[in-house]
Amino acid sequence: MKCQRCNNPATFHITELTGDEPQEVHLCEECAREYLAPSKEEMAEVVPALAGMLAEQLAIGQTAEELARLDQRACPICGITFLEFRKQGRLGCPNDYLCFEKELEPLLLNIHGETKHIGKVPQRCPADGKTQIRLIRLRREMKEAVMMENYERASELRDEIRIIEAELRVSQDQSTKRD
Amino acid sequence: MNLNDLTNSSGEWLRGTGPESDIVMSSRVRLARNIADFPFISRSTDTDRAEIERRVREHVQHLSDSRRLDAALIYMDVNELEEIDRQFLVERQLISREHAENEGARAVAVGQGEQFSVMVNEEDHLRIQVMHSGLDLIAAWERISKLDDLLEERITYAFNERLGYLTACPTNVGTGLRGSVMLHLPALVITRQIEKVFRSLQKINLAVRGLYGEGSQALGDFYQISNQITLGLSEEDVLKKVGDVVPVLIDYERQAREFLIRESQETLHDRVSRAYGILRTAQTISSEETMHLLSSVRMGINLGLISDLEISTVNRLFIHTQPAHLQKLRGEILSASERDIERAAYLRDRLNGGELRGPETN
Ligand SMILES: [Zn+2]
Ligand SMILES: [Zn+2]
Repeated sequence: MKCQRCNNPATFHITELTGDEPQEVHLCEECAREYLAPSKEEMAEVVPALAGMLAEQLAIGQTAEELARLDQRACPICGITFLEFRKQGRLGCPNDYLCFEKELEPLLLNIHGETKHIGKVPQRCPADGKTQIRLIRLRREMKEAVMMENYERASELRDEIRIIEAELRVSQDQSTKRD
Repeated sequence: MNLNDLTNSSGEWLRGTGPESDIVMSSRVRLARNIADFPFISRSTDTDRAEIERRVREHVQHLSDSRRLDAALIYMDVNELEEIDRQFLVERQLISREHAENEGARAVAVGQGEQFSVMVNEEDHLRIQVMHSGLDLIAAWERISKLDDLLEERITYAFNERLGYLTACPTNVGTGLRGSVMLHLPALVITRQIEKVFRSLQKINLAVRGLYGEGSQALGDFYQISNQITLGLSEEDVLKKVGDVVPVLIDYERQAREFLIRESQETLHDRVSRAYGILRTAQTISSEETMHLLSSVRMGINLGLISDLEISTVNRLFIHTQPAHLQKLRGEILSASERDIERAAYLRDRLNGGELRGPETN
C-alpha cells in the first residue's frame, strides 16, 4: 500500500475519528508525523501571552498620553519601569505588586479569575515585608553611591544594612526556637 | 554523591510503579518562592545572586548535615558545570532548559533517588520540585510542603496576605504551585483525538505540554497536563482539579486502545512488533525515531503484545537515549552521527538481554 500523500510505502494506518464516520488514512512515516503533530497555533493558545493580554487591557479606557506616562512610572525600590515589566513580563521586586497594584489587578483577574490568595501561609509571616523591602532599597542606594564614588555615603548605608540584617536574624532565630 | 553517580542510576519516578502507571508516567509538583529582602532575578545584581545562592547553600547543607534533609543530597553549582552536564540535568528533568542556559550564580540541590530538586536563581529565587512515579499528586504535595517548611526556617519568603507568595511572573503569584501529570497517550495520537482533548482541557484552564518543555513537539507521545491558575484556589483544590481530569484521560486512552484492537488487531500488533524489531537491530538511529518507536513498544507491553520487557526498562530508555546521557555513559563527547550509532548500540544491548549485565541498580 502506498502513502496517500507521496509515493513511499504506507507504514502508518491512522483511524480518523473526528468526522461522522471513522476513516482510514494511510501514510508513510514522514507524512504521518506531519499529519499527527499538533499544529503550532494549537500549542500557542495553550499558554496565554502575558504581554498581549496586558496591552489589550491597558488599551481600554486610557489615552495614548496616559499610557505613555504609565510606561515611565518606576518602582522606587528596584527601579523597574512599567514599560520594562510590560516588555519582559517579569516584575522586579516584591514591592511592584503594591506599586503597580491598580494595573496588575485586571491582569490577575484575567489570568486567575481571582485576586485573593487562598492556601498555604508561611510559618513565619513577615509582618508586612516592609523591613525587607527597605533592605532592597538600601542595597541599591549603596551600589549607586559606590558608582558615584561617594564612599562616605556608601559606608553609612552599609552600616545601616548590617544593623537591619542582624535584627532580622535575631527575630528569625527567636521565632524558629518558639516552634 | 556527585553528578557522575547519577549517570548509571535513574530517578525513582521512572520505576513505572504507582497508581495507573501504565498510562501515567509521573506526577510532579513545583513551588515558586522568593526571598523577601532581594529583588526578583531580572533586577538583581551579581552580588545579590551570589548572596542568595550562598544563603540557600548554607541552609541546605545545614539541613543535610543534621539529617533533616537527605544526607545523600547532591548540591551542584550550575554555573561551574560543563555544558554536557547541564544538558544531562535537563534531560533528567532535574533542571529547566532556562536554568541550564542562564548565566551567573545559580545552583541545584538534588535529593536521593531524584525525588526532589531545588533550583536556586531560576526565574524565581527558589523553584522546588517533587516527582513521583504514577498518579500521586497529593503525596507529592505533602512531601513538597514539608520541604518548603524546612527551607523556610532560615529563609524569609516574599509574601503578601492578600496575594500570597510573590513571584517574578504574575502567572505564578498566590500559591506559586504548578501540579503536573505526565501521561503516555499513543492511542489518542494514532486516532487523532489528542487535539480535541487539548481543547477541552484548555476550556477548564489546564495547560498541555510535550515531554521536555514548552515547544510543540510531544516526543514519544508524552503529554504533561498542569494547572494554570495559582491565585484564589488552595493547593489541595488545584491539585484535585488536575487529578480529577486524569482518570477521564486514562479512560479515553484505554477506549482508543480498545478501538484500535477491535478495528485491526493485526495492524496494531504489526506496528508494535516492527518498532521493537527496529530498536533491537538498528545500527544507527536518531533520538526522535527512538522516542517514536519506544512509544509503540511501551503501549505494546501494556497491551500484552510484548511480554519479555519491563515497563521500567522502557521508561529509562526514553531518558537514557537522550544526547547528553549517551555521551555521559560513553564518557566522551560525540558528534550527532556518532551519537546515532552509539544510541543504536545501546538499544541493542539493553533490548537483547543487556539489562542483566548493566550497572543498573533499580
Ligand atoms: Zn508519505
Ligand atoms: Zn520594584
